[in-house]
Amino acid sequence: MADTILVVVEQREGKLNRVSWETLAGGQALAADTGWALEAAVVGSGVAGFAAEIAAKKISKVYAVESPKLEPYTPDAFSAALKQFLESRQPKLVLMPHTYQVRDFVPKLATAMGRTAISDCIGYKKDGAKLVFTRQMFQGKLAADVSFACDAPWFVTFQNGAFRGDKVEAGASAASVETVNVQIADGVVRNKPQEVFKEAKQAVDLTQAEIIVSIGRGIKEQKNIELAKQLAEALGGEIAASRPICDSGWLPMDRQIGSSGQTVAPKLYLALGISGAIQHIVGMKGSRTIVAINKDSEAPIFEIADYAVVGNLFDIVPPLTEEVKKAKAVG
Amino acid sequence: MKILVCMKQVPQKDAPLKLNESGTWIREDVSYEVNEPDAYALEEALRQKEKHGGEVVVITSGPARAQQVLREALAKGADRAIHLEDAAFVGLDALNTARAFAAAIKDEQFDLIFTGLQSDDYGYAQTGVVLAELLGWPHATIIMQIEKNEGGIRVKRELEAGFFQFVDMPLPAVLTIQSGINKLRYATLIGIKQAKNKPLRKVSMSEVQSALSANLQTIERLYVPQKTKQTQFLEGPASEVAKKLVDKLRNEVRVL
Ligand SMILES: Cc1cc2nc3c(=O)[nH]c(=O)nc-3n(C[C@@H](O)[C@H](O)[C@H](O)COP(=O)(O)OP(=O)(O)OC[C@H]3O[C@@H](n4cnc5c(N)ncnc54)[C@H](O)[C@@H]3O)c2cc1C
Ligand SMILES: Cc1cc2nc3c(=O)[nH]c(=O)nc-3n(C[C@H](O)[C@H](O)[C@H](O)COP(=O)(O)OP(=O)(O)OC[C@H]3O[C@@H](n4cnc5c(N)ncnc54)[C@H](O)[C@@H]3O)c2cc1C
Repeated sequence: MADTILVVVEQREGKLNRVSWETLAGGQALAADTGWALEAAVVGSGVAGFAAEIAAKKISKVYAVESPKLEPYTPDAFSAALKQFLESRQPKLVLMPHTYQVRDFVPKLATAMGRTAISDCIGYKKDGAKLVFTRQMFQGKLAADVSFACDAPWFVTFQNGAFRGDKVEAGASAASVETVNVQIADGVVRNKPQEVFKEAKQAVDLTQAEIIVSIGRGIKEQKNIELAKQLAEALGGEIAASRPICDSGWLPMDRQIGSSGQTVAPKLYLALGISGAIQHIVGMKGSRTIVAINKDSEAPIFEIADYAVVGNLFDIVPPLTEEVKKAKAVG
Repeated sequence: MKILVCMKQVPQKDAPLKLNESGTWIREDVSYEVNEPDAYALEEALRQKEKHGGEVVVITSGPARAQQVLREALAKGADRAIHLEDAAFVGLDALNTARAFAAAIKDEQFDLIFTGLQSDDYGYAQTGVVLAELLGWPHATIIMQIEKNEGGIRVKRELEAGFFQFVDMPLPAVLTIQSGINKLRYATLIGIKQAKNKPLRKVSMSEVQSALSANLQTIERLYVPQKTKQTQFLEGPASEVAKKLVDKLRNEVRVL
């Protein structure tokens, strides 16, 4: 049997997760480069509709892996279901998006199968017959090419933004959909998840802000936030922050930008003393213009900045605020 | 409750990193610190012990330098420490790291094992979940709150984009802890003094070797990522940079 690549897509609250399309695009690219067949699976209870949605894409086959025990999500049930399914299918490569859900069960699944996962990859390279997967290390300061040294199936998870979801190719005709009912014995599922909820109401809606001045740990002390606030005020913008600032209680949670906070796309995002970890970047990379001020010339935030200032924010922000005021006064 | 906390030593956040000669890791001559979420995991364990009694044990694997992490934890209030001490431990992948931990604690009975949700250096986000599977225990990841209840514990999982979920689960269990779950304490002078007399068990590579296999994955190459975006770097003294930036904001970005 020919080698196959299996993409496990993620559905939540009646919708396919956006990053699932990215991983599918990655799967199509890998299939083109390796000549391997591409298949997909959607796991859950009553997921045939999602399978049909994917079957419209350029893909050989789609599976709906079903059991009533898969709803609500638990790592025990997902790992058991996929283990059964993968052992019967024997794909070469299993691709998934690196979501909170996937990182919750994939290490368990891979371990249960005596395999390993190369997690949080940003791409791949094919070097002759060898496949390597690229991942960021040291919070994005370095990258590493990593290869498998074990038998298939090989598990790979891809980071948000690794591929373009809108580049998924449509198929000439709909692929076939097969429902696979998996058996999950009583007692396998140990966790009892409750309803998903959102914490207290938000006081500000940063998604509407046109200008955001965002601070990171480079601000050093709570009292220094005043400097950034003055700049934000001069620019007519809102203040926001990286996670550690909100974790410390220096600014409320609703001003946190990133994967566990708000996603924003203002005209101007000014990052002061933010290193540019991926979990921050996913929340602001859609900004039209990104300005970064950081004392470390190798800070990953500069990778995505349009304008960059390497220097001490405490030297630069006060004169910047003054210049902005002057410019505004001139009108 | 008897709680084990896995604490990893990682290069300091703003340490300048240089590649080693083989290009497979960084040079060792940097300063190190405790992996940030692991510090929160320790704090949470200490708080649970203060509430429910029990014992807090900390474990690390790595060369002699990694002992610093354990000393700091003991000074903050951990009762004892386990050090898998050998330079070769850092070359293990997450599966083998977890196997080494499982082997080192095989004679212990913990109710809970905490790890950080991921390391700041390699960032695999796997070791805790792999360890749970090896032990046959349930797990939950990215935890922001832990309460004891009749059947076991109720934990609060962080999900994406500001969503959360409570999960009830039995003990023993493995939890991976998110930064910000609590407020960290500092070690006190008296704590630092007491730490010197607390037990620290060393485990050698040969004691756990039979539980390990060859790594299932290989780091082929480490490198500085290539820049893909065109970035304009503005240079000069602060006052000049401020002028240049305002000029850009006005004439190119057009937000002023
Ligand atoms: C092929 C390969 C080669 C490697 N070579 C090197 C090398 O030469 N030098 C080097 O320094 N690293 C090296 N590493 C990194 C390796 O040591 C990883 O740290 C290890 O695989 C654990 O993964 P992680 O750090 O990504 O942990 P994650 O899974 O992200 O960590 C989650 C949590 O697990 C716990 N944890 C993980 N590791 C430890 C530990 N050692 N002690 C205590 N708690 C821990 C912590 O609580 C941590 O928060 C290599 C990794 C691989 C795969
Ligand atoms: C599951 C998960 C979810 C997460 N969710 C989020 C999220 O939603 N949002 C988020 O932001 N993070 C999130 N994080 C954390 C993220 O990984 C980073 O740890 C965090 O973004 C780092 O914040 P920082 O850039 O402010 O701090 P650091 O990484 O410590 O960076 C501080 C920067 O300031 C610079 N600096 C210091 N002094 C000065 C000075 N005087 N002048 C100029 N520059 C200076 C330094 O060079 C450095 O680059 C999440 C992590 C995980 C694992």
